[in-house]
Amino acid sequence: MEPEVESPEIDSIVSDLCDMLQRYNKEQIALGAETSLSSELNIDSVEVMDLIMEIEDKFDIDIPINLISDVETVADLARLVHERMKGG
Amino acid sequence: MDIFDKYSLPAARHEKVLKAGTDPFGVRMEELYSATEARVDGKRTILVGTNNYLGLTYDPLCMEAAIEAIRVHGTGTTGSRIANGTYATHVALERALATFLDKRSAMVFPTGYQANLGILSGLAGANDVILLDADSHASIYDGCRLSGATLVRFRHNDPADLDKRLARLGGDDRCKLVVVEGIYSMLGDRAPLREFAEVKRSHGAYLLVDEAHSLGVLGDHGRGVAEEQGIEHEVDFVVGTFSKSLGAVGGFGASSHPKFDVLRYCSRPYMFTASASPSNVASVLAALREIERRPDLRRRLWANARALFDGVVAAGFEVCAEMSPVIALRMKDEETAIYAWNRLLERGVYVNLALPPGTPNGACLLRASVSAAHTPEQIAEVIARFGALAEDLAALERAAGARIPARL
Repeated sequence: MEPEVESPEIDSIVSDLCDMLQRYNKEQIALGAETSLSSELNIDSVEVMDLIMEIEDKFDIDIPINLISDVETVADLARLVHERMKGG
Repeated sequence: MDIFDKYSLPAARHEKVLKAGTDPFGVRMEELYSATEARVDGKRTILVGTNNYLGLTYDPLCMEAAIEAIRVHGTGTTGSRIANGTYATHVALERALATFLDKRSAMVFPTGYQANLGILSGLAGANDVILLDADSHASIYDGCRLSGATLVRFRHNDPADLDKRLARLGGDDRCKLVVVEGIYSMLGDRAPLREFAEVKRSHGAYLLVDEAHSLGVLGDHGRGVAEEQGIEHEVDFVVGTFSKSLGAVGGFGASSHPKFDVLRYCSRPYMFTASASPSNVASVLAALREIERRPDLRRRLWANARALFDGVVAAGFEVCAEMSPVIALRMKDEETAIYAWNRLLERGVYVNLALPPGTPNGACLLRASVSAAHTPEQIAEVIARFGALAEDLAALERAAGARIPARL
């Protein structure tokens, strides 16, 4: 399967998200689009929701927490942010 | 692949906890001596983590009412409220609760957890939005999820943040339900309800307050944080539990909304579970009367809270919130919290060990809750044992400090 081609907007969101994720990066691993929030960063269920609040404020959008159950990687999260910015 | 593989992380964490001593999530009360003492691991232990705020579990009137109810109505109803499980006493308790809270109607549930499940999932649907405080109890999160509503979380106890998030939603015609608690169970801090009510009014939202830890505890009549702050008329829905100040098991939802009772045949957690047992219903009815008849219980509770709060602060502990019957001591990390919890239990004091993600902001806590039934002597003894714990922890710090240079 070919890797998904992401838009430049999403790349830029990924980079913003990686900055925000540094706070949760206890092991100081390299962060990128394919970094897994739960298995690589060990972010627990409450931390994910706290992160979502920060993202909502940074991008001035709302991300209902019902939408985050399918989020596994930073790229998943970036796509969700992108969708909500478009008024999704 | 094993079906339990998904729990390998929490299971490994639990193994680590077990190595440090007693299982904090499997403590056995071998024999209860009173509302405030039990035998744990063969040792007489003072209980300072039971949420038994008024000590009514051993109130003679409540116990006699429960015993009499078993003689007259039997041990269980064997049916749901919409079938054979509504006894005259269930209806009487609902009337008594509604009268006590000055609401038009109240619905009783078999547990406090189910009350939140039933009320939240009943009130909100797929086309509604629930705005919930970030530090809400698991039963609130679960009830919200079950509702299928859009869920937006706002920063804990922050009415300005709620205002911002409501504004972000825009003025669409979806119904908005704001959910907060009176006293928060983990830290013991309480909601600025007056400010929340202003925000909800300005956005035309509904307000639900879970008074689980504040009913019987706050307000001149014990009706909770809304009474204390003088804004009961602004609270559209109240949820509460029988398993704290009322000394039994069960929960309720109450409201003056004229259509509230539609939930009796539209809320699945209300409809599809057996009703509360007759003894439970009877003891809660008696407990409500005791709360009304004996304001001295509340005074004793707060005097005990004050004494324990001052005592642990003097011993050098960091308490997470203003003084309340819930006194949460912040430990510096999980290992220290587990160590401290074990040392306290060995000294004959039971408190709750509270760890993330069950706590806000990753806090590791020793969570104490006081009761009106604690005697001044017990409180003094608990403070002395906390003092000894503080010395243990200081010795641990010194040992850790001494180890670091040795390694360098």
